[in-house]
Amino acid sequence: MSIRDKVIAIIAEQAVLEPSDVTPDSTLEELGINSLGLVESIFAIEEAFDITIPFNANAPGTGDFDISSVAAIIAGIERLVREQA
Amino acid sequence: MKRVVITGAGTINALGHSVPETLEAMREGRCGIGPLEFRDVERLSIQIGGQVRGFGAEGRFNRQQMTLYDRFTQFTLAAAKEALAQAGLEFSGELSARSGVVLGTAGGGVGTWDDNYRSVYEDGKNRVHPFVVPKLMNNAAASHVSMEYNLKGPSFTVSTACASSNHAMALAFQMVRSGMAPAMVTGGSESMLCFGGVKAWEGLRVMSRDACRPFSANRNGMVQGEGAGIFVFEDYDHARRRGADIMAEVVGFAMSSDAADIVMPSKQGAARAMAGALADAGIAADRVGYINAHGTGTTANDKTECAAVADAFGPHADRLMISSTKSMHGHLIGGTGAVELLACIMALRDGVIAPTIGYQEPDPECALDVVPNEAREAAVEVALSNAFAFGGLNAVLALARI
Repeated sequence: MSIRDKVIAIIAEQAVLEPSDVTPDSTLEELGINSLGLVESIFAIEEAFDITIPFNANAPGTGDFDISSVAAIIAGIERLVREQA
Repeated sequence: MKRVVITGAGTINALGHSVPETLEAMREGRCGIGPLEFRDVERLSIQIGGQVRGFGAEGRFNRQQMTLYDRFTQFTLAAAKEALAQAGLEFSGELSARSGVVLGTAGGGVGTWDDNYRSVYEDGKNRVHPFVVPKLMNNAAASHVSMEYNLKGPSFTVSTACASSNHAMALAFQMVRSGMAPAMVTGGSESMLCFGGVKAWEGLRVMSRDACRPFSANRNGMVQGEGAGIFVFEDYDHARRRGADIMAEVVGFAMSSDAADIVMPSKQGAARAMAGALADAGIAADRVGYINAHGTGTTANDKTECAAVADAFGPHADRLMISSTKSMHGHLIGGTGAVELLACIMALRDGVIAPTIGYQEPDPECALDVVPNEAREAAVEVALSNAFAFGGLNAVLALARI
């Protein structure tokens, strides 16, 4: 499974949706993922790829890690997997 | 109903090993937060905290006591010693039979759990010390205080996460006010600054890596502290008869439950607790001069708390002072309300308002007088102490100058 598919699967599970319903341009808010769900998704992604994501729930939009859309999250994970490999 | 006064106070926390040391640090706006020092700290992503330094437990307690006292109990006993010495109360006869101890803690003996899990899981040992259970249990501190001071009345421990101490002190207040107990030892203690304790908090992603900056627009989370605050709550007439030095009067309290979310705070729940404490005290909102905020430094708490203050106080919200001393001593979780009550006592008795340090940028969502960075002199008649816990459990105490 590609990084993209794996991330979408994790987000879909958190949102209780089918992976096909999670499009790259969707925001987590649109998918119905709240702040706790976001923290859980970040944890699940870290576990799946064995990486550390610089994410602080107090400033979700201002860190190094862009969570503004599913595509942005996937791009961020791809970068971290490269850097932390 | 009896009037209830505070006749003794004791503490140990990152700012000092006594009440005078702690109040001096608060007046000076000193920060007790620094690099954490304990085993495996390098495996944490959060490496700062308000750690108690130079405590010297070995010099305070004998070998047998050390095998029974977790660090949270050690803190409690150190603070209780100071509080009871100040109160000058000896418990015997009827006074002993009816007076008790109600304390708050969220985690109890976290360090004992941590050490012994490490021993059996990591080191592969199959045997633990026989006193692990009596050492780690949440009521251990309350029980040891009862034994040390011969308190034979109502005694137990309250655990409501970050509001534990305030719930405990509210119950002690209620017991003295109703005439059930002539005096109660109350407050709380916490000691979670160990690898497992901080690792658990790290998971929630709400901790700051650099500083606790409540109400500042650039705040980025909470910082944990540790320690204890212990008080003697006493029937006013009883205290007067024996000529005790009275620090402040406890005049009201309220508890509320958000019944909404396990971690996100609610403006309504917080506002109801503040308004409830004033109603219980029979005090008009405009007599409140100071609020010791819950003020954790998280995005969610600080803006919700400020909105709740605006709701509960109306136009008076812009005239009162509200500060978060967590910026200096960190968040003592279940012990936090007890240490923070000292700031309320200082405001009422000494006319000094502890500052919110680390304040750098105004936040339009926290547009109240947060006493930024420097302590201020002001005459305060009534002060509130806020605690809003995970789980949506809120407890607010109202104190008055006497």
